[in-house]
Amino acid sequence: MEKGKAVVGFGRRWAVEFTDSSAALSARDIPDPPGFSRASQDQDDSSVSRQKKDAEVNWKTQKAWEVAQAPFKNLMMMGFMMWMAGSTVHLFSIGITFSALWQPISALQGVGKVFEPYKDGKVELLGPKLLFIALNLGGLALGIWKLNTLGLLPTNASDWVSSLPPAQEVEYSGGGIPLY
Amino acid sequence: MAARVLSFYLLLFLSIAQLGVSLYEDQVGLMDWHQRYIGKVKHAVFHTQRSGRKRVMVSTEQNVIASLDLRHGDIFWRRVLGANDSVDGIELALGKYVISLSSAGGTLRAWNLPDGQMVWETSLQGSKPSKAFLLVPTNLKVDKDNLVLAFGGGCLVAVSSIDGEMLWKKDFAAESLEVQQVVQSPGSDVIYVLGFVGSTQFDIYQINGKNGEVIHHETSNYAGGFSRNTLIVSDDMLVALDVTGSILITVNFQGGKVRIDVKPISDLVGYYSGQVELLALRLGRMFALKAHQHIALISVTNEGKLEVAEKVNSAAAISDALPFSEGQLAVARVHHEDNKVQLTVKLGNDWSTNLLDETVKIDGQRGLVQKVFINNYIRTDRSHGFRALVVMEDHSLLLVQQGEIVWTREDGLASVLDVTTTELPVEKDGVSVSKVEQNLFDWLKGHVLKLKGTLMLATPDDMVAIQAMRLKSSEKSKMTRDHNGFRKLLIVLTQARKLYALHTGDGRIIWSLLIGSLRKSDACGHPVGLRVYPWQVPHHHAMDENPSVLVVGRCQLSQDAPGILSFVDAYTGSEIESSGPVHDVLQVIPLPFTDSTEQRLHLLIDTKQRGHLYPRSREALGIFQQKSSNIYWYSIETGNGIIRGYAIKGSCIHEDSDDFCFEPRDLWSVVFPGESEKIISTATPKLNEVVHTQAKVMAEQDLMYKYISKNLLFVATASPKASHGIGSATPEEASLVVYLIDTVTGRVFYRMTHQGCQAPVHAVFSENWVIYHYFNLRAHRYEMSVIEIYDQSRADNKDVLKLVVGKHNLTVPTSSYSRPEIVAKSQSYFFTHSVKAITVTLTAKGITSKQLLIGTIGDQVLALDKRYLDPRRSLNPSQAEKEEGVIPLTDSLPVIPQSYLTHALKVEGLRDVITVPAKLESTTLVFAYGVDLFFTRLAPSRTYDSLTEDFSYALLLLTIVALVAAIVVTWIWSERKELQEKWR
Repeated sequence: MEKGKAVVGFGRRWAVEFTDSSAALSARDIPDPPGFSRASQDQDDSSVSRQKKDAEVNWKTQKAWEVAQAPFKNLMMMGFMMWMAGSTVHLFSIGITFSALWQPISALQGVGKVFEPYKDGKVELLGPKLLFIALNLGGLALGIWKLNTLGLLPTNASDWVSSLPPAQEVEYSGGGIPLY
Repeated sequence: MAARVLSFYLLLFLSIAQLGVSLYEDQVGLMDWHQRYIGKVKHAVFHTQRSGRKRVMVSTEQNVIASLDLRHGDIFWRRVLGANDSVDGIELALGKYVISLSSAGGTLRAWNLPDGQMVWETSLQGSKPSKAFLLVPTNLKVDKDNLVLAFGGGCLVAVSSIDGEMLWKKDFAAESLEVQQVVQSPGSDVIYVLGFVGSTQFDIYQINGKNGEVIHHETSNYAGGFSRNTLIVSDDMLVALDVTGSILITVNFQGGKVRIDVKPISDLVGYYSGQVELLALRLGRMFALKAHQHIALISVTNEGKLEVAEKVNSAAAISDALPFSEGQLAVARVHHEDNKVQLTVKLGNDWSTNLLDETVKIDGQRGLVQKVFINNYIRTDRSHGFRALVVMEDHSLLLVQQGEIVWTREDGLASVLDVTTTELPVEKDGVSVSKVEQNLFDWLKGHVLKLKGTLMLATPDDMVAIQAMRLKSSEKSKMTRDHNGFRKLLIVLTQARKLYALHTGDGRIIWSLLIGSLRKSDACGHPVGLRVYPWQVPHHHAMDENPSVLVVGRCQLSQDAPGILSFVDAYTGSEIESSGPVHDVLQVIPLPFTDSTEQRLHLLIDTKQRGHLYPRSREALGIFQQKSSNIYWYSIETGNGIIRGYAIKGSCIHEDSDDFCFEPRDLWSVVFPGESEKIISTATPKLNEVVHTQAKVMAEQDLMYKYISKNLLFVATASPKASHGIGSATPEEASLVVYLIDTVTGRVFYRMTHQGCQAPVHAVFSENWVIYHYFNLRAHRYEMSVIEIYDQSRADNKDVLKLVVGKHNLTVPTSSYSRPEIVAKSQSYFFTHSVKAITVTLTAKGITSKQLLIGTIGDQVLALDKRYLDPRRSLNPSQAEKEEGVIPLTDSLPVIPQSYLTHALKVEGLRDVITVPAKLESTTLVFAYGVDLFFTRLAPSRTYDSLTEDFSYALLLLTIVALVAAIVVTWIWSERKELQEKWR
């Protein structure tokens, strides 16, 4: 990102101007080559810089969207891995499930950082951010769903009851065959 | 979730080792111990030839025939006969066989003297039950073959001592003769058979010992009538008592001529009262008469006159006469003086001569001398010495020689009646670990040895040292409580009314107590011990209060005899208090309440079904009265086939009542049809069992609620014909019905009939299931069935949200009167073994999976996983079920040889197996008792909560040190390399 910025900001430190706009009149005799438009020459410096800025914004926006879409690939890969891991509890499936849970969470924690380079007054980052968050939440949901299919979520009645001790009895009874 | 993870780990463990109970050869004796006993000796025959091992052959009341080392008291060999095969007599024959007559004269066996192999066995079919005698004459020979004469079942049989072949048989029952004595006339082949016909006629038969022909027969009459208490004195005289027991009749039959003389007993012994008894002793020309707490030794003079030689206290014991040099007889008499025992050997022919007079100091807890057997030896100075084998009141066996006790055997432990456990004292400042653990150097040395063993560097000598160290680890036999709860005291009550405390670590006796209040007294003729219960278990004051146990006994064997209660301190082994004779005791019900001193409340039920509350304090009464509306009891009348339930009506109203007596109120009764059903077995859940959860999670997260109640009773009834031994009924006649009954309301929850099945039934009840074992006549095989019961009325508690917020009634106390809906599931399997006892493992929290412990007919203890007895087993379990651990259904239960807890040992005469939870959840303590004792530790799901004892801490330490060293070395190395990189 740093490199990119350097190119964008200071890419043209110097320039050689071959055309002299002040001597335009003497050169008037020569007709303009076909397809040449003098109008472009008339652009002033400010318009040139604005154009540059627009390009930059466009480029940033585009990049931001790209970054926002990146978790989707991840999501697909995770899904594939989960499918491969199967639904029984063993080391592999537990590892994958926990990484599937951990990745979105860590990504969500670093949302600001991810979009830091594209931060600009003019760049609209809300959309990409929302998409990024949504995709990561999707990843998280996938992880939780996997956790559930592994039976590691207390969603069943059995998970809540299995630690309940037996109910006490009101009555007490004893006896049996007479001692001998 | 947790359950799932746990079950996953359990599965992991189970897949590593199918069953966690098997052990390696070098682990034998690490956590188990085995003690071999023989029981109370009733006959003893010495075999002390000049060379070779000196031994004594004994037979006992526990039907054991054994050969003991006379030098140390160890068992050379031992044969345990069946429960109904009681020994009538043992003799030596041919100098190499031990002949035993058992089953009331039904079976004659010869055992090889050196190793106890059975040489031959002859079954003697008698025509009617009678006395049984065994006679091995030394000079009665037929073709160089010594004869053995056995009388039993009304027949006299001569058997060849070489191969047990029956040579001749004479039936006396046909002549309605009640044979009293069989004697061989000295120096001839004539056998005298003496007996009575009716009550007044005396018959004597002279029989040719070689062929069984009757040479002579003579009868005689005595109008007074004979009692059946007779005795042979010398070779030609019979002493009998008359019917009233007040007149002594001497019958002289010398040369076949019968002469009857009569003498009133009071003429001989003076005034006496009560029963008179002739002691069954062979004393030469003497006999012993027990009357009025005295034993009168009466000698018969050559003229046939009777003279009292001596009168001794009835607490004395007298041995048979021992011929030791030509014509001389020695008789030993043992009596108590203060706390010492006086052993006197007298000359039988001349009672005033003492051959030996010794005083032996015997532990007072052994009680009185019951029997004495003597044997002589030649001292170095050519004089005669005597050794005496003494049987004490507590059934222990002692060898006394030269005024010293040479060895002692604690054979009272062969007849254990009941067992309970107590914790050991808490470790106090006085007893430090280091004191017992020797010093650090030894500890280190031990661990280095262990490490060598682990790394396979140990020499054979080291291996021996390691094994010895493991076996006598001081850790396991310490006298303090341990963290895991492995060390406990087993409080054992024996038939001899003696209480023993055994240490679970090594089985040694910590203390023993012959319970004073349970000893014979004027008020109590034949006291018997019944049960032992934990009475006081201090938790709050565990440091300075001792636990105590309650011993319940009776004055007589009969149920309506007065009861005796004794309270014994479990640490010191002293009787704190006793009460009795009190009311009769039919049943003891430990109640789930304790008073402020942590004494457990007990309700003792008498024959009128009245309840008597103990302890007898106001406080206990207050607690009891507060809870009395919820206390019920029931009695099972096996004879009538009725089960009755009672509740408390109020205080007793009869004259000699006190505040602690409560009248019963009849509540319910279950009456079984007497002509088709007879109660043969019952089972109830154990009171101290802890159940972890009430829910059973099935595959697919399905849920069922167990019906867990301590107030359930399992009853098995069989048709009258099918309630006896196998073979007494045909499959059509036999049926077995099992019931589950609520003992509060009397409601029958479940009833199931097994057609063509029969007794014996052994059952075990735990959590929500019953497992029972019976015989299937149609399949000709033993079967085991399981019934699991579930509570349907709770089944709709399946809403997760409600459970999460706690809106359920699952922990609300339940009442049997709420009529729970019960669903039962059942399944049956074949089982190879017939069974002596079944029990189930108990653990501290009830989380660990259960194993059944089966006492097999081979006197071993087999562990069988409860998962094999699961009604949900099916031929093709689904994937989820498999994952859960449901085993595919097979028609028979597997017997895995490695799962015998007793490994190579046998618990001879196994009667019961008990389990006690240790503090460590994974582990349970198992104690099996019969003639032998066996103790071990068992982890049904392996020790998932602790490292094994074999764990090498030294290896762990070494690994850590090596790792740290490796880290340091590599770190230095990498630093150096980095530095070089930078300089480059």
